[in-house]
Amino acid sequence: MARIAGVDLPREKVIGISLTYIFGVGRSSALKICDEAGVPPASKTFDLDEAEVIRLRDVIERRYKVEGDLRRETSLNIKMLMDIGCYRGLRHRRGLPVRGQRTHTNARTRKGPRKTVAGKKKAPTKK
Amino acid sequence: MARSIKKGPYVEASLEKQIQQRNESGSKQIVRTWSRRSMVVPDMIGHTIHVHNGKLFMPVFVTENMVGHRLGEFAPTRKQAVHAGDRKVKQASSRK
Repeated sequence: MARIAGVDLPREKVIGISLTYIFGVGRSSALKICDEAGVPPASKTFDLDEAEVIRLRDVIERRYKVEGDLRRETSLNIKMLMDIGCYRGLRHRRGLPVRGQRTHTNARTRKGPRKTVAGKKKAPTKK
Repeated sequence: MARSIKKGPYVEASLEKQIQQRNESGSKQIVRTWSRRSMVVPDMIGHTIHVHNGKLFMPVFVTENMVGHRLGEFAPTRKQAVHAGDRKVKQASSRK
């Protein structure tokens, strides 16, 4: 069982894909990691021998910030924005879109499910 | 396109001059500015700058983390939208 950075990699998949199950590793960094560790990215995860797994683990530990560390970094960055009181921080605090998207409609990803107000009349339709 | 590094950060000349004067004399007198587009540079740390938001001057106390942002980011130009009679929200926003 290949276990890297505290994540179990799916056994049935090719290693170039398996690595992307680690938070902070996408397709292109997965290929770079394989390249540096000297593991063919098309080999199946269950085919890897112990030495290859160790090499992969080593590359990730040395060169990449993944999982908990990466999550902590992003949340600290957001916290910093909120603490200095800049516009982006205010938007994070309010749970509204940060990058200038419209909020008149849409923005449901940030705002969450619609909060329907009781007794609100429908807008009058044009005749 | 991003600004060329060769030029350095953009700071309104008049604002830069005022900050420099205060740094030389060591005074903490408040600087008023309309220049929301000026970048916060390390020279400004510890000063309070009043930044215009289109109506009022908002006091901004510059800390180290603010370097690299622009002054306008710290002086919101819009009022927080609140529904009429939404007392809870109003209190929360006035506390901030």
